[in-house]
Amino acid sequence: MIRAEGVGVDLGGTTVLSDVTLDVIPGEVLALVGPNGAGKSTLLGVLSGEHPPTRGSVTLDGRPIARIRSGELARLRSVLTQENTVSFPFLVSEVVAMGRSPWARTEESRDDVDAVSAALAAADITHLADRRYTQLSGGERARVAFARVLAQRTPVIFLDEPTAALDLRHQEDVMREARRLAAAGAAVVVVLHDLSLASAYADRLALVASGRLDVAGTPAEVLTQERVERVYDVPVQLHVVGGRPVVVPVRTAT
Amino acid sequence: MTGRAARAGVLSVVLAVVLVGGIVLSAVTGQLAISPGEVVGSVLRGVGIPNQWAPDDRIIESTLWVVRFPRIAMALAVGAALAVAGAVMQAIFGNPLAEPGVVGVSAGGAFGASIAIVFGLTALGTGTVAVFAFAGGLAATLLVYFVSRANGRTEVVTLLLTGIAVNAFAGAGLAFLIFVADSGSREQIVFWQLGSLNGSLWPEAGIVAVVTAIGTIVAITLGRRYDLLALGERNARHLGVNVEALRIGSIVLVALLTGVAVAFCGIIAFVGLVVPHVIRMAIGPAHRALIVASAVGGGALMVLSDLLARSLVAGSDLPIGLLTSLIGGPFFFYLLFRQRSKSGGWA
Repeated sequence: MIRAEGVGVDLGGTTVLSDVTLDVIPGEVLALVGPNGAGKSTLLGVLSGEHPPTRGSVTLDGRPIARIRSGELARLRSVLTQENTVSFPFLVSEVVAMGRSPWARTEESRDDVDAVSAALAAADITHLADRRYTQLSGGERARVAFARVLAQRTPVIFLDEPTAALDLRHQEDVMREARRLAAAGAAVVVVLHDLSLASAYADRLALVASGRLDVAGTPAEVLTQERVERVYDVPVQLHVVGGRPVVVPVRTAT
Repeated sequence: MTGRAARAGVLSVVLAVVLVGGIVLSAVTGQLAISPGEVVGSVLRGVGIPNQWAPDDRIIESTLWVVRFPRIAMALAVGAALAVAGAVMQAIFGNPLAEPGVVGVSAGGAFGASIAIVFGLTALGTGTVAVFAFAGGLAATLLVYFVSRANGRTEVVTLLLTGIAVNAFAGAGLAFLIFVADSGSREQIVFWQLGSLNGSLWPEAGIVAVVTAIGTIVAITLGRRYDLLALGERNARHLGVNVEALRIGSIVLVALLTGVAVAFCGIIAFVGLVVPHVIRMAIGPAHRALIVASAVGGGALMVLSDLLARSLVAGSDLPIGLLTSLIGGPFFFYLLFRQRSKSGGWA
């Protein structure tokens, strides 16, 4: 669906991403993992058409993504950003309904009510629908933003650290929802820090380190002790739970 | 949701009552007392409906149609223009404190107008002063916009400090122009600084009304996009909004609305701050309804303020800018206080 070929990005004279070739495939959850500052968010921005790459090309269904008009692009892919502030005290239901705006004046707009209530339920915020966004806690805000992205109902979904502000249960909820979307045929790209979470829910991991794609493959292929220790520079142990690797740092008692 | 819908209903009724009441009260109040019946009758006859209430006295007729009605029309148009400009500015800055007066756009407009007055520029005909007011307003808006924005948002402190700088600069320019001007021009400039609806004529009111109507309609059609802008620049873009075009177009819109108001009536501060704020508190921040209600509310507030301005001190016409600032200053305090007690201030 989305294909990046030989993509590189320079920002302010420094190379933050170089020579990345990666496919985003329908029906699959692709997790971008890697240390802080490795270029994960930049890669997400390039794949979603937000940053034009300095080198290489990004295509969506064979069309250069930069050529797709912003209105049409918004019906093809949605993006959950890390920061989600709202300038005015909109109601939660209004914020989620904003996710429907790309579909205004199309046939799909008759699904607006449906899409919003389904998204509210999926993000477990139905009970907050009439609250003001500005009154919510950080975790609640993150779920509202997630619901807004769900309401957009696009075939490609980008989630930049969707679990960062969430408690254990809601982390699992979000990732399960991502799996459900992929099962329904969507392509889901998610930036995650928690390797075990990525391993449990992603079909493929793309490990980004120092601006390069270190490796891409199944969780078992990517998460080897040698590779994790090299990339993250921390000793780890690997366990296998439910057929998927779980990464635990080696903690020496102090 | 239902709470806000009910409040919207209440607000519509309140605005309608205040608006019509303010208009009638303005029409009957003045040195020449005219009864409400005569006002209604005269208006009905004016639109072609003969009736028995219409006054026969020609002095009453001309007082209404030459003095009071154009002034009321001007008040409605200017109030609507300033309130809509305020709502749009707050939307594009993502900040409830952005207001043409506070951030120096009105001062820029007055500076532009004063240049035309002092140097006697008439290159563009009788509208030269208005065009200069627009240019000054636009320049100030662009300056504030580019200086105070970072990462798609405007910090309140930066915005206010930029406003101080722009106001100071425009103030210095005005002071210089007053210094070099002859006494006739001086008086005109002082008029611009104080703001007044005195001596409004139909053609002027007509120009302001047309610009305001067009600007308000444009703002309403952009309303949904302003809502999305509240999510921040990136999210708005991800939802298909052409953010740069929207911003630039809106800046021109704000400059146009503010410029046309300033060109004919001088600096009238705080309307663009107070009106959208009160309406947002009543019916929520969704921009379409906000802009419509702000236009009506701004018109109503201006009619009432102008009524006060010309009747508070018998036989004299107070500058209306003085009155709005008198109301707006404490309101600004209140906003700051409320925000501080809620979340420890803006910075």
